[in-house]
Amino acid sequence: MTPSQFNMRRINMRQIIGKISLWFAVLVIVSPAILFFLWMVSLSLKFEVDNAAYPPVFIPEHFAWKNYADVVASNRFVTYFFNSLIVTGSATALALIVGVPAGYGIARMAAHKSAIVILIARITPGLSYLIPLFLLFQWLGLLGTLVPQIIIHLVVTVPIVIWIMIGYFETTPLELEEAALIDGATRWQVFRHVALPIAKPGIAVAFILAVIFSWNNFVFGIVLAGRETRTLPVAVYNMISFDQLSWGPLAAAALIVTLPVLLLTVFAQRQIVAGLTAGAVKGG
Amino acid sequence: MSALTQSTPGAAQSAAAPEKELRPPSYWPFVVPALVVVLAIIIFPWVFTIWMSLNEWKVGSSTTFVGLSNYLRLTSDPRFIEAIGHTLVYTVLSVVLPLVFGTFAAVVFHQKFAGRGFLRGVFIMPMMATPVAIALVWTMMFHPQLGVLNYLLSLVGIPPQLWVFHPATVIPSLVLVETWQWTPLVMLIVLGGLAAIPTEPYESAQIDGANLWQVFRFITLPLIMPFLFIAGMIRMIDAVKSFDIIFAITQGGPGSASETINIYLYSVAFSYYDLGYGSAIAVVFFLLIVLLAAVMLYARQRMLWTEIASDA
Repeated sequence: MTPSQFNMRRINMRQIIGKISLWFAVLVIVSPAILFFLWMVSLSLKFEVDNAAYPPVFIPEHFAWKNYADVVASNRFVTYFFNSLIVTGSATALALIVGVPAGYGIARMAAHKSAIVILIARITPGLSYLIPLFLLFQWLGLLGTLVPQIIIHLVVTVPIVIWIMIGYFETTPLELEEAALIDGATRWQVFRHVALPIAKPGIAVAFILAVIFSWNNFVFGIVLAGRETRTLPVAVYNMISFDQLSWGPLAAAALIVTLPVLLLTVFAQRQIVAGLTAGAVKGG
Repeated sequence: MSALTQSTPGAAQSAAAPEKELRPPSYWPFVVPALVVVLAIIIFPWVFTIWMSLNEWKVGSSTTFVGLSNYLRLTSDPRFIEAIGHTLVYTVLSVVLPLVFGTFAAVVFHQKFAGRGFLRGVFIMPMMATPVAIALVWTMMFHPQLGVLNYLLSLVGIPPQLWVFHPATVIPSLVLVETWQWTPLVMLIVLGGLAAIPTEPYESAQIDGANLWQVFRFITLPLIMPFLFIAGMIRMIDAVKSFDIIFAITQGGPGSASETINIYLYSVAFSYYDLGYGSAIAVVFFLLIVLLAAVMLYARQRMLWTEIASDA
């Protein structure tokens, strides 16, 4: 074996070891997430006997599909699902309606210091919005409806939308807009027909993050929601404390609540990653 | 508020000198609806919280102005002082651990391998999942008799633990959940930093025969420092305010062993309905977060100055 052949083989060995250790590292870092969610699925598909077994059963002989049927059939689950849909839908739609133009205005006026308000809002604990707004809603007689929750979810959604849209409009080109202005378009027309179509990817990012953080929100609901106005996270929490003690249906409920968000994460991960690295905004 | 109204025209004028005819005041209509919303749901609560903190304000009884006495009461409230301690321990651990694991994960995800995009999507699932839902599953996993975690420990010969059911292990157990949940955010931020690093230093290190650890320690780490700092800052702000996980798993228990400031604030405001005192806690809590952020900024400045000094 000549020295050069020996060297070649050494490099090959090194490459193979490198590949193996890379895959090992990948396995190590993704397994906590994968194993957790698989275990969640497993819990939700087992009868009580299997969930109480020791050592634990990972794949049961009989799947308890009825856990899911029970959850959907019981406890006003459908009502709570629509509550979540209405609160998240309204809070996101309103945030886009006011937040997208605002992001545009702030970016074009180069009023960067106004974004400080958004930053301070990001630092402020969610509960400190809750105390005064709780009183306000009480005075206005709104408790018992979904309106307080829709309004307070704006605390989460509006800063996300404004923050992401400022960043996005700062990167869109000015030339087209200036040309349209010279042609006699009003500023509103420029925004509506020039800036807005270009900003669609940015709006998608803002929309997805606003939906996720509003859907996941828990703290506003436990204070403001009554029996009829619970959103899904609050409903699931109440299942722990009152109605359900068996693990199967509880895990099934937890999975149903978070499934829309998980699907969105996997299918829209490009937008989510872009949005989170741009501003890293989490509400509440 | 004052920062907004005062700074906007000034900042705009100075930035817009070449194309003045395109600039204010004509963009104001775009901002006004959002301004109204922000005033109503963000700035009004700030101002009103400060006002409430100066009053004896309980739900169902009349309010009286008491000046700073709510704040004085805080200084001799053992539960509040204990909560500060819990919050600091929880925060330090929940910043450091995700930073370490997140940096490692980012270095791995910076390599090219098959299925990287999909696996990155899987990796960030914990931070996007509904916190209450995952808290529920963790609670089951922590169960001393039936939980899967004690089974996993038994496989490697470690005796069963009480996890969140014992005062000594409750905070580390909750930090485990927090770390599992938020390591992905650190990974994403550091990954952004790695993408911006030039390749030249690595080439010369390879020629010099540096090993993997040396490359990481002397080239990668200094270059991603600014991103680690940002990640640490964001992590600190979120960890201090952590609520959903703690509330859903332990509600501050056992006893008050995991009661952080945010959990105590919730009890005071919405279990005892002592809104005046709760507002004072909220104000002090906010100031504490600002203080921690300032300390981190100061430490960062000091670090930069020492680096410059040692270079010279």
